[in-house]
Amino acid sequence: MSNTGKPYALVAEFETPALAMHAAEMVRDAGYKRWDVHTPYPVHGMDGAMGLHNSKVGWFTFIGGTTGFTLGMLMIWWMGKVDYALPVGGKPLFSPIFAFPVAYELTILLGAFGTLFGMMLLNRLPRHYHPLLKYPRFRNATHDRIYIAIECADPRYSDAETRRLLESTGSRHIEVVED
Amino acid sequence: MAHAAEKLPTYVVTPPPELEREPLVLNGRSPAWISDKIAGITEGKTPRWWWIALGISVCGMLMMFSMIAYLVSTGIGVWGLNQPTAWAWDITNFVFWIGIGHAGTLISAILCLLRQRWRTSINRAAEAMTLFAVVCAGIFPVVHTGRVWFALMPGYLIPFPNANVIWPQFRSPLLWDVFAVSTYGTVSLLFWYTGLIPDLATMRDRAVTKLKKFLYGLFAMGWTGSNRHWSNYEKAYLILAGLSTPLVLSVHSVVSFDFAVSQVPGWHTTIFPPYFVAGAIFSGFGMVLTLLVPLRSVCGLEDVITKRHIELMCKVILATGSIVGYAYGMEFFIAWYGGNPYELYAFQNRAFGPYWWAYWSMITCNVVSPHLFWFKWCRTRMWFVFLVSIVVNIGMWFERFVIIVTSLHRDYLPSSWDYFRPTYVDILTFMGSFGLFCTLFLLFLRFLPMIAIAEVKAVTPHADPHHPLGGGKLGGAHR
Repeated sequence: MSNTGKPYALVAEFETPALAMHAAEMVRDAGYKRWDVHTPYPVHGMDGAMGLHNSKVGWFTFIGGTTGFTLGMLMIWWMGKVDYALPVGGKPLFSPIFAFPVAYELTILLGAFGTLFGMMLLNRLPRHYHPLLKYPRFRNATHDRIYIAIECADPRYSDAETRRLLESTGSRHIEVVED
Repeated sequence: MAHAAEKLPTYVVTPPPELEREPLVLNGRSPAWISDKIAGITEGKTPRWWWIALGISVCGMLMMFSMIAYLVSTGIGVWGLNQPTAWAWDITNFVFWIGIGHAGTLISAILCLLRQRWRTSINRAAEAMTLFAVVCAGIFPVVHTGRVWFALMPGYLIPFPNANVIWPQFRSPLLWDVFAVSTYGTVSLLFWYTGLIPDLATMRDRAVTKLKKFLYGLFAMGWTGSNRHWSNYEKAYLILAGLSTPLVLSVHSVVSFDFAVSQVPGWHTTIFPPYFVAGAIFSGFGMVLTLLVPLRSVCGLEDVITKRHIELMCKVILATGSIVGYAYGMEFFIAWYGGNPYELYAFQNRAFGPYWWAYWSMITCNVVSPHLFWFKWCRTRMWFVFLVSIVVNIGMWFERFVIIVTSLHRDYLPSSWDYFRPTYVDILTFMGSFGLFCTLFLLFLRFLPMIAIAEVKAVTPHADPHHPLGGGKLGGAHR
């Protein structure tokens, strides 16, 4: 047990991904909303078992990429044609052809930043305080155990009911973690 | 689902013998073993070999920095450059190092998109290699300008308002290169860091000292392995792989434009972009093998970086080496078939002119040596693979030297023809760059997990909910 304070979540420990996946399906079907599965590696099929939808990270990539391309083209056009025309060998002052490599690299650069920051934003990271990180057993969540945490703030949460549900999943260790 | 449920586990447990693949992690190692083993490399007492290697590398690095200091304070006359050979070892070294980086991105990005799951054992170290190779590469174009403060000052290479009120010349492939290489370095760093996040959390949770816990924790950003997070994370990782794939192909294409867009015979060819990219991957895999073959035995990682991994990398070397050999042949053919006497002369001069020794070293190393990997014997003898990987690296350095120096030393004006000889400053700067590279790589080995822990766990049968080791039962399919 971690700290004093009000209870944060009921946490169940699992040894295999198959057990945890069945448990996740049961929690999903029981209608819980504020809960999560913590795994040391991505488990194939867990998104479906939890009833998660496709991630929206791609939109951030798209916004980053289009910004990069547009910025690149506008920058080269403005610098070479508008702000300081530099005629070389009678060639056009701006052409999307010679501007392409730089705009292309900027598309990828800002697309990559969009992806990473989009992931961080959607995951609300960095978040250096988390009640579960104070729970000593939870150290194994990055090692070889899987944890299902159902938050006490979930509208369906009840001490007895939720514990019974998690017990029926075959978890051998269930504990309340305090905030 | 009932019939599928009966079939599935049987299929997973015993595939027909002809379909059975060698496991990616040998001896049935469990996820717990994997984190103990890989994190353990950084947690144990610092081994003596590490200190010795670091000592040598730091000396090399300091040697390079003092050579650069000498160059900057005196001028590029300390190198062996002359007119017409105004580019020689500097740009050779740049292309050499940036090429090495390409294997890391190929492994992390292209093999990820192709679902080559064996990449998980080698991608972290290869990506680190990429980053450090880009650092080494970045030094040479900056110092070759001589007055480095101009190259570094914002406004000359990076567009930035400056006192001269002019902007960089965007028609120049040299400027495209600035964008390509800096984007490449940045995106490789982002990709590498993204991959590290779950492993940093593992390191944080295992750390015993306060400082380690704080630092690993800081960079792990509070990762809890939440599946809601994994869902976004996996998508982000896939997208980064998708972005890095066109990036890695573009970077060496743009590097090749530095040459191909010019009018110099021997440079002005359309084959350059694909030929450079293949060569880059070829040399990069050479370097990955040079690093990983000794490391897997020193760190006892034979179960994670298996012989199969080494063999597969040898096959990539064989494939890309064949492309490089084909490109050499095609260059010669076009030089003859194109009917341009200057182009033909440039190529005859390469093979039989004063630099014939460089050309034939290149051919021996790059065209002959990879074909040894047709034989299983050669691919499974670690000392042999190590030897060939070094030969590949030497060959690829010679390739860039041949392309740059033999094309330049005979220009259109025979009175200016000259023969380039490196000075000791050229040689020591290049040797020193290996010191910088090895210093960075050794620090990486000591402080970060050199293998992607979470990713390797995910390819073990223990992580597969349908496999008996992952708890999957006969008839236990889920809805």
